[in-house]
Amino acid sequence: MASAVAGPEIERLIQLLARLPGLGPRSARRAALHLIKKREQLMVPLASALEAASEKITVCRVCGNIDSQNPCTVCTDPRRDPSVIVVVADVADLWALERANAVSARYHVLGGTLSPLDGVGPEDLTIEQLVNRVHSGDVKELILALSATVDGQTTAHYITDLVASSGVKVTRLAHGVPVGGELDYLDEGTLAAAIKQRLPL
Amino acid sequence: MEWSDEAIVLGTRRHGEANVILEVLTRAHGRHLGLVRGGAGTRLRPVLQPGNSANVTWRARLDEHLGHFAVEGLRLRAGEFLNCRHAIFAVTHLATLIRLLPERDPHEDVFDAFETLLDRIDAPSEAAMRAVVFELQMLAELGFGLDLSACAATGATSDLAYVSPKSGRAVSRAAGEAWRDKLLPLPCFLLHEEAMPSATELADGFALTGFFLERHAFEPRGLMLGDARAHFVEAILRLQETGDSGARTEPLS
Repeated sequence: MASAVAGPEIERLIQLLARLPGLGPRSARRAALHLIKKREQLMVPLASALEAASEKITVCRVCGNIDSQNPCTVCTDPRRDPSVIVVVADVADLWALERANAVSARYHVLGGTLSPLDGVGPEDLTIEQLVNRVHSGDVKELILALSATVDGQTTAHYITDLVASSGVKVTRLAHGVPVGGELDYLDEGTLAAAIKQRLPL
Repeated sequence: MEWSDEAIVLGTRRHGEANVILEVLTRAHGRHLGLVRGGAGTRLRPVLQPGNSANVTWRARLDEHLGHFAVEGLRLRAGEFLNCRHAIFAVTHLATLIRLLPERDPHEDVFDAFETLLDRIDAPSEAAMRAVVFELQMLAELGFGLDLSACAATGATSDLAYVSPKSGRAVSRAAGEAWRDKLLPLPCFLLHEEAMPSATELADGFALTGFFLERHAFEPRGLMLGDARAHFVEAILRLQETGDSGARTEPLS
């Protein structure tokens, strides 16, 4: 067994950094070394930012987004259309849609998708809260922005069934050729979906 | 250890950031798991969707190891049925059902039936009929097959109309009339393959297989039949009523 080359504090820092997505033990060591070298410029501000974030960040009680205020910035923004809810699986999807600046609506974060293999059922997601929001009466359209996978679309159809009685319009994202995509490189499933959902010009 | 086989994807589970553990039903090697390197990437994700057929090559140093899969897509059906409500619930439910089979135990008949069902999944009536037959087949594979060949009371082989919930054996109309409230209706499409079932017969078929699946396959394992099956049956029965094809190209409602 290789002996430790640094004290327990540094080893612990490396171990924790190695748990971050995209980092392995080797890159965690590099990151730790970089932080130690830039202690005043990077390590101390990062530590205080982490501490502040861990204290203040909460999950929005309305939509499930994460923010430092509750309800979150998205839910309290008066410029957003409250009659449209975009349903996403994770906060990362919400951020992606916000980057695209494609829709000015409220969101609902499910916290994942239904997955029998992983044992994720409806009770593990925020589907009940979503149905309650839909039945509150203010909502006119539900946009299901879920991934084009079997799990994602099973979740979409499941939600559609649950809100069918509300009379709310339910839409989903289109499936097809991505911008900049060449047909030659697309998989057969995407091509089949794109042909099925072709639009008149 | 190395082999190649035809396979149908049942599901994946994320393993780290780039890899997945793939679960497939293969023709000659049964339900099998293996690691797919890069399986979470954009190139392989469309291939590794449940319901797709693929050619898999499994490699491991020892037979008892998890091993690695190299995957090549053969028939990518998932893209076609993502918008088809009954189909997507059917695939989710059937994959759950196949997971009850023991690992690495060949079930060639189950593979063939599953593949045929997936190929005909866009035809709701036929898909539903095949799903009921498939559930019966799964009961038999798990050791709880129903005996629908003759009446349990009289031995008669004609006019079988019920199934006993106790014994799982068929009962003729005449013998079962007095206990009809306690018996499960036996739809005739399970006896005569050529018959195309009505909505009532399909509902009876699903009630019959659902009862025995729950009792023999799911409850002893502490599992439940799941919402996917209920939604699949509901979607099929609704399509039967409206005469819809089930395929959607427009908004979901």
